[in-house]
Amino acid sequence: MAAVSLKDVRKSYTSDLQVIHGVSMEIKDGEFIVILGPSGCGKSTLLRMVAGLETITGGEIVIGGRVVNNLEPKDRDIAMVFQNYALYPHMSVYDNMAYGLRIRGLAKVEIDTRVQKAAEILELKKFLGRKPREMSGGQRQRVAMGRAIVREPQVFLFDEPLSNLDAKLRVQMRGELQALHRRLGTTSLFVTHDQVEAMTLAQRMIVMNAGRAEQIGAPLEVYARPATTFVAGFIGSPPMNLIPKEGRLLGIRPEHLEPCAESEAMLTVAVDLIEPLGADTIVYGHITGDPDGKPDGDGSSARVAARLPANAVAQAGKLALRYDPANVHWYDPQSGKRIEQ
Amino acid sequence: MVENRPWLTFFSHAVLIAGVVAVAFPLYITFVASTLTLEDIVKVPMPLVPGPHFWENYSQVLTAGSERGAAAPVGRMMFNSLVMALVIAFGKIAISIIASFAIVYFRFPLRNFFFWMIFITLMLPVEVRIIPTFKVASDLGILNSYVGLTLPLIASATATFLFRQFFMTVPDELAEAARVDGASPMRFFVDVLLPLSKTSIAALFVIQFIYGWNQYLWPLLITTDESMYTAVIGIKRMITGGDALTEWHLVMATAILALLPPALVVVLMQKWFVKGLVETEK
Repeated sequence: MAAVSLKDVRKSYTSDLQVIHGVSMEIKDGEFIVILGPSGCGKSTLLRMVAGLETITGGEIVIGGRVVNNLEPKDRDIAMVFQNYALYPHMSVYDNMAYGLRIRGLAKVEIDTRVQKAAEILELKKFLGRKPREMSGGQRQRVAMGRAIVREPQVFLFDEPLSNLDAKLRVQMRGELQALHRRLGTTSLFVTHDQVEAMTLAQRMIVMNAGRAEQIGAPLEVYARPATTFVAGFIGSPPMNLIPKEGRLLGIRPEHLEPCAESEAMLTVAVDLIEPLGADTIVYGHITGDPDGKPDGDGSSARVAARLPANAVAQAGKLALRYDPANVHWYDPQSGKRIEQ
Repeated sequence: MVENRPWLTFFSHAVLIAGVVAVAFPLYITFVASTLTLEDIVKVPMPLVPGPHFWENYSQVLTAGSERGAAAPVGRMMFNSLVMALVIAFGKIAISIIASFAIVYFRFPLRNFFFWMIFITLMLPVEVRIIPTFKVASDLGILNSYVGLTLPLIASATATFLFRQFFMTVPDELAEAARVDGASPMRFFVDVLLPLSKTSIAALFVIQFIYGWNQYLWPLLITTDESMYTAVIGIKRMITGGDALTEWHLVMATAILALLPPALVVVLMQKWFVKGLVETEK
């Protein structure tokens, strides 16, 4: 186990094609960090740079006090779990897990102990003799994790390991990953585009956009105080409403809007889509105008989503909404940065 | 398709049987001729049932060769052919698999240039470059030797191309996982790529073995010593010209013998061969 630090890490393929624009972060020993972002934001590239599969153009990556910029992956003391598992198809589960250890020249007995222990943790004991193609996706994923565990590395790197699994399995594996991290306490970096995974797994997360870290923080903190409009729009489902108001952007989460009498409406919305989800109902619509009746030039077409209790009567037409000013966020429309009150 | 149409069944069987007859009948005639005496063969019409001279003819060609044409025993020729076919098949596979490994997995200057160089030679069959190749072989003094029979034919653009295509379907993550596991490139090649290429290797082996066994023009040019004849050349040398002079019963026996090893290779490796050409799971 080790602390990892990224110091102004940059990556460019050519002089004008830069994909990582300087990411800095201190990861504490044993921390579970999730790197979250949309496709093409550079999150996987960043992880692969930590792994040593991509070269580092600028900055420094330090693992356990050692600058690893120019070290081969095998010398970095990391283990990686790939999205498509990347198991060796012709080897049995046992050999898949033991392969890295054999290369390192560990004694047979030691290899066996470690593989058996990992198989025990991951409930793979029955499958040790099987080939990967004889297993289901979830089991293969476990083998891939087993391969990482037996190495007893300083850092685990996960590259969207759950995205090839079906929804139910994903929830189950999420739980197992959490349990595993509690048990082993190994520093972990986990890349995903799924915000639910990020929210549930992360101790801290990095939200990335276009090669930049938009915000670094604990999940609930990021949710409660998004640093930029990108983060506000990316996290939360449906995302935060951003309404142009007085030259700034007013941000309000859908769950902070509640229906009210027309007389006390702070927002009036022309509803055009209703999604009853059982536990609650999500209503989408356009703002029709300012509550005081004056047409609001730039705000008139802003789209708004509201999460209403399931028992709220939702119907097409006008819907009056109000919110608690304490739940409002403000953003600068030009820079997208949060304006602190 | 499962359909119950008696006429269709009849028709498709008729076509298939006609096809089999068209292919098999000449082979049958060859076999019949190899069991007769020369006098029986040149008689008109030639008998269509095997004669009693099977052992006689076959043991003569295997141990002594023909009397009027090439006098080398066919057993020796078969051995030469076998050496040539095996060396060419294994040589081609070994060289091209390593070449494709380099082209697919390493980044080096002029990588694409080299690939295209190899690829372009695909368009040049042996016959096109046979005169310069002969000159080189003769200057090197490798005429009438196994080296001369095999070496000039070993480089293979086809096999390199096939392995390249196969390697490109192997997920990159596999190479990366091996790298993280600490495997050196050659270790990855031996431990992961080779086992995965097993079926492709088998398919290529079948193709290249037959290619090597059936080589005609090249051995014809460079073997003048009877002890270096291959079976195919042996047949050619036995036909001395003039129908009456050629010992057709011995030629036919040699032809049957020359046909057996490639047929055996195909039959024995058929399962692997088909797997290698169609298998996609990785």
